[in-house]
Amino acid sequence: MWDYTPIVKDHFLNPRNVGDIPDADAVGEVGSLACGDALKLYLKLDESKDKIVDAKFQTFGCASAIASSSALTEMVKGKNLDEALAISNQDIADFLGGLPEEKMHCSVMGQEALEVAIAKYRGHEAPVHSHDHDHGPAYPDQEGTVVCKCFGITDVFLKKVIETNRLTTPEQVTHFTKAGGGCGGCIPKIKELIDEVMGARPEEPRKRPEKLSNMKKMQLIQEVLERDVRPLLWADGGDLELIDIDGSKVQVAFRKACAGCASSGNTARMVEIKLRDLVAEDIVVEEVPA
Amino acid sequence: MKEIYLDNNATTKVDEAVFEEMRPYFCELYGNPSSMHFFGGQVQGKVTEARGRVATLLGASPEEIVFTACGTESDNAAIRSALEVFPERRHVITSRVEHPAVLTQCRNLTQRGYRVTEIGVDGTGRLDMEELQAAVDDDTAIVSLMWANNETGVIFPVEEAAALAKSKGALFHSDAVQAVGKLPINMADSRIDMLSLSGHKLHAPKGIGVLYLRKGTPFRPFLVGGHQERSRRAGTENAAAIIALGKACELAGQHMDAENTTVKALRDRLQDALMRIIPHARINGGGAERLPNTTSIAFEFVEGEAILMLLSELGICASSGSACTSGSLEPSHVLRAMGVPFTCAHGSIRFSLSRYTTEAEIETVIREMPPIITRLRQMSPFGREFLKEQS
Repeated sequence: MWDYTPIVKDHFLNPRNVGDIPDADAVGEVGSLACGDALKLYLKLDESKDKIVDAKFQTFGCASAIASSSALTEMVKGKNLDEALAISNQDIADFLGGLPEEKMHCSVMGQEALEVAIAKYRGHEAPVHSHDHDHGPAYPDQEGTVVCKCFGITDVFLKKVIETNRLTTPEQVTHFTKAGGGCGGCIPKIKELIDEVMGARPEEPRKRPEKLSNMKKMQLIQEVLERDVRPLLWADGGDLELIDIDGSKVQVAFRKACAGCASSGNTARMVEIKLRDLVAEDIVVEEVPA
Repeated sequence: MKEIYLDNNATTKVDEAVFEEMRPYFCELYGNPSSMHFFGGQVQGKVTEARGRVATLLGASPEEIVFTACGTESDNAAIRSALEVFPERRHVITSRVEHPAVLTQCRNLTQRGYRVTEIGVDGTGRLDMEELQAAVDDDTAIVSLMWANNETGVIFPVEEAAALAKSKGALFHSDAVQAVGKLPINMADSRIDMLSLSGHKLHAPKGIGVLYLRKGTPFRPFLVGGHQERSRRAGTENAAAIIALGKACELAGQHMDAENTTVKALRDRLQDALMRIIPHARINGGGAERLPNTTSIAFEFVEGEAILMLLSELGICASSGSACTSGSLEPSHVLRAMGVPFTCAHGSIRFSLSRYTTEAEIETVIREMPPIITRLRQMSPFGREFLKEQS
C-alpha cells in the first residue's frame, strides 16, 4: 500500500473544488482515459483578468492524482497568473506533505494543466503535434518530438521536468512523467536527455578572475547564480530571482520555498559567499522583498 | 475496523486448525527431521504425514511431492530443470497471461538464445489452443501454462495442452497456485509432469510451496547441497510450515464442495448485483469457465486505485488491475492480453472470496460499491460526460 501522507488522504477523501466553472476564463486539459489519469482544470479570473478568484477540477485517476488536483486548486486561488505559473510540481507535492516518488507524475500533471490553461488563456497556444502515440497524446499542447510513444511525452517536456526537479536517473524520470514506464524502449533516449540537461557541468574548479570590467562582472554574477546557486535552491524546492546589480551590490528576491523562509538570511549569506568566491571579494548580497 | 477480506487470491487467512497443527513445531518439537535421534524423528513423522496429505489432495503419490519455499520457487525450478534435462531443445512455450513467476523467467530466457512463444488469449481470457498446437515442435523443451488465472479466475484446458506438449516430447508444467483447493485435481489421471502450488493461497502460512514432480520425470534440482526431498530440493525442511500445509490440504479437500457451491453462490450474488446496479461495468472473463471464488469487474471512467482506497476506508479489501496500484504504469498484462480496452482496464477491481466470506459481508459490499463508483464518476471528466448523457 502506498505511504500517503495524512494531507494526501484528506485531499483524496474530501477533495476541494471538484466540478466545473461554466464561464471559466481558462481551461486546461491534460492526460487521457488510456493513460490512466487525466485532469481538467477550470480557472475564473477577477475583473482585471489577472487574479484567479476561483478554480475547479475534474480528475480521472488514482488517489494521489485527485489529491494533487485538489491541492492545486487551493494553491492557485487568490494568486495572479504569473504567481500561479511559478508553482512547480514540487510545490504541489510539498503542499501535500510529499508524494511517493512513483506518484510524482500526479503533481506534474497538475502543474502541466495549470500551464496549459494559462497559456491558452493568453493566446500562446503551443502548436498541437500529431503524435505517433499508442493511445492519444497525454499533453497535446506540448511542443517538441515525442520520446515516449507509450505515453506521448515529448523531449521538450522531459527536459523541463528533468531540469526543474534535478532528476538524474531514467527511473526518476518515469516516476515524474511516466515516460519510459510502458515498453521501456525510450529509456536510452531518456538517459541522453538527462546527460544533456544535467551533465553539462564544467569539470575544472573555477577561480575568481584577477580583474573584471563592470560589464564582465555583471555577466559573471548572472552566470554564477544560474549555474551554481539556483540548482542548489531547486533541490529544496526554492528559487531566487536577480533583481538588480549596482556595482558590488547584488539584489536578489527569493521565490517558492525560499520566499518567507525563516532561514532566507542564511541563504542570502550562502549566495554572497559563492559570489565572493567566484566573482569578486567585495560583493554584498541584499535580499529585497519578493 | 473489522475487515471484509475479499482479496484471497493475494493471500488467505491461516486456518485456526492449521495454526494449531504447526504451533508445537517452533518451541517444543523443534528437531531437524533429518537428525538420527528420536527428537528429530518425531518431526520427520509429521512431515511424512503432511506429504501424504498434500499428495491426497492432488491425487498423487507422496514421493511425487517436493516441498519448496513458495510457488515462485516451484515455477522457477520446473522451468530451469526442463532446460537442463533437454539441453538440445531451445524453445519454451507459455502464455501471455501467466503470473510473473513464470513469465519473467521465460522472457529472460530470450536473452540466453531461447525461442519463447507466448500463447495469446481471446477476449474472455480463453487460451488459443490452435496457436498452441501450431507452436509446439520437436525443439520445445517445456510448455508452462497456468491452471487458473489469478486476476480473472479463467481456467485453462491444461490436460489438453499437456497432451499437445507430450505429443512432441516436451515436458508440461502448470502453475496451479490459484486452482489447488478450489478445483478437483487428480494427478493420477493426468498427463501433467510438473505442477506448482503455494501454501498461503489455501489457508496455510506464507513461505511454503510444493513442486509436484511426476514419477519418472527427469529433473535437475534448483537448490543443491543437501539430501533433503530426495536430493530434489536441498535445504533444511521448513517443518512447521510443511506440517501446516499438510493440514491445510486436508481441510481444502473437505471444503472443496463448499468452494464450488457456497462460495460460488456468494461470488455470483456479488457480481450479479453489482452488474445490475452499476451501469457501464463488465466482467473480465465473464464468458469463460472461471474459478468459483473470483470475479474481476471493470468499471468504466474511474481508476482502480481510487476505488480500492475508498473501499479500504470502509474496511473492504480487494485488488485492482489498474496501473497505479502496482507502481507500474501500464494496466495489468492479463487484461491487456485479453484486449480489455485501457478505459476498462484502469478501473478493474478483483474480488476473490474464500470459505470465510459471509453473506453479510457480500451484502455490505453490494451496498457500498455503487456510491463509490458514482462518487468517482462525478469527479472524473469522462464520468461526468457519461452521467450527463444518462440524465
